[in-house]
Amino acid sequence: MKGGTSPKGAVELLVPPRSEYLQLVRAIVGATAALEDGLHSGRVADLRLVASEAVANAIVAQGSVLAADPILVRCELAGDRIVVEVTDHGPGFDLTAVPELPEVETPERLRYESGLGVSLMHRLSDAAEVESGTGGTLVRLVIAVGNA
Amino acid sequence: MQLDVHRYPCDNCVVLVVLGDLDLAGAPRLRQSVVAETATGTRHLVLDLTAVDFIDSTGLGVVVGSLRRLRAHDAELSVVCPEQRIRRVFEMCDLDRVFTLHATVADAVADRESV
Repeated sequence: MKGGTSPKGAVELLVPPRSEYLQLVRAIVGATAALEDGLHSGRVADLRLVASEAVANAIVAQGSVLAADPILVRCELAGDRIVVEVTDHGPGFDLTAVPELPEVETPERLRYESGLGVSLMHRLSDAAEVESGTGGTLVRLVIAVGNA
Repeated sequence: MQLDVHRYPCDNCVVLVVLGDLDLAGAPRLRQSVVAETATGTRHLVLDLTAVDFIDSTGLGVVVGSLRRLRAHDAELSVVCPEQRIRRVFEMCDLDRVFTLHATVADAVADRESV
């Protein structure tokens, strides 16, 4: 789409909680974000990654309680920002309970094969919020439009 | 495309060529391949990520776990990763301080032989 337009609107997906669907989520989130002219292609890639991380977390969370309900993924073009919301039906989690990783050069660090996802979401998005309760978790990721 | 792993021996090492998306869905495939290499006594394993289209934290976790597994067997791991979009994810997790990300398989082999 040309002409410097900022289309507004939202795409919603109900995704089965299976990892095979992650590629589809990335493709749709990426294609939706690419409608926004003001977003650098590198930031589209960042948004695809953080959205994929959030949905992967949701899949794992639901798998832990055998919840088969679909995960809701909402991608909104909001003019000055793009907002991705991922809502799951997992057991919820306490962000403050996520352990701090050891310093990256230390041998202990190699024992941690997970836990990088939350860190990536915080580093690559302009805002990352989590609302978690016993009924599930909502992750909201924001990428600003117009940033280099 | 989902993940595929091809294997070939090269000089004194084994190269695993990883193709596709190294994510939550694809990562177990690579983990199995690396476990198989440690079981057969490979001394130097090269992970060639040149044809990886996407990597997430689970994929990074398998690469980190591969290093740990190989070291536990007194073996070595080299990572080939010329694509900036994949290197960026390593850098975002500070893992470029753990791994030397080589541009080519030849570089990875030469770097090891110079030690």
